[in-house]
Amino acid sequence: METDWIWGLVGGGLIGLGGAVFLLGNGRIMGASGILGGLVDGTGRSNLAERLVFLIGVVVTPMLLLPLYKDGVDTHMTNNIAVIVAAGLLVGIGTRIANGCTSGHGVCGISRLSLRGIVATVFYILAGGLTIALFRHILGVI
Amino acid sequence: MQRLFLSLLSGALFGAGLFVSGMTDTTKVQGWLDVFGNWDPTLAFVMGGAIVPMFIAWRLTQGRRPLVGGTFPEAPRPEMDHRLITGSVLFGMGWGLAGLCPGPAIASLSYNGSGGLIFMGTMLLGMVAAPFFGRQLDGLAAKV
Repeated sequence: METDWIWGLVGGGLIGLGGAVFLLGNGRIMGASGILGGLVDGTGRSNLAERLVFLIGVVVTPMLLLPLYKDGVDTHMTNNIAVIVAAGLLVGIGTRIANGCTSGHGVCGISRLSLRGIVATVFYILAGGLTIALFRHILGVI
Repeated sequence: MQRLFLSLLSGALFGAGLFVSGMTDTTKVQGWLDVFGNWDPTLAFVMGGAIVPMFIAWRLTQGRRPLVGGTFPEAPRPEMDHRLITGSVLFGMGWGLAGLCPGPAIASLSYNGSGGLIFMGTMLLGMVAAPFFGRQLDGLAAKV
């Protein structure tokens, strides 16, 4: 749709505002994989409540906004269980080993002109692009 | 209490942003990565839109303290390492395969069906297993 980029910009602004609140308010970097990962691997015991409350906010707001979309929202999630399982494992392992994902390294890292954030972003975009090229255009799996 | 309120507000803004930007739609994310197919530039606008307020926020941290007290995150380390590169490559592969990264996976939990739940479950499993794979990777890197 032609308006997609406008909503992208608006949504991006809200994401950045969320990151700004987390940083200026709590002094913390808003990274989805870090906040969630710290809950499950035990490294986030000291600020468990802060993490939980953040995640509740992330899950609940879309639930509240969903009724405003009369045609509903389609995530176009694949039905291929093998692809989902492989992707989930790769995202979980990769983001924790790299210590960040699209929000931590991407949004918060690039805006800070952090070389690590920029390098991580270049590598995960390249890897994602090659994966799509291979699995969609060569193998035809996704 | 203030810390928890700000956390909730931040999460709410993050979730709302992911939702309205269309980033919980896997075709938009895969479309951005699909340079040989029907390329979709939306993700670049989302990234750009998010980086602007965050850039200002980082400027505002200078000479200040967080609202709830304490200190701001220390300056990022300049050096690259095998964990950063390998981890990012693995993450990128999974991101491309499903079109989901951790933020949108969490935000879409309520409307992404069983596939979204399976993704979340396996992602959490991967996060728990990550320290093990990280140590294996360190061992490999030490030999090279």
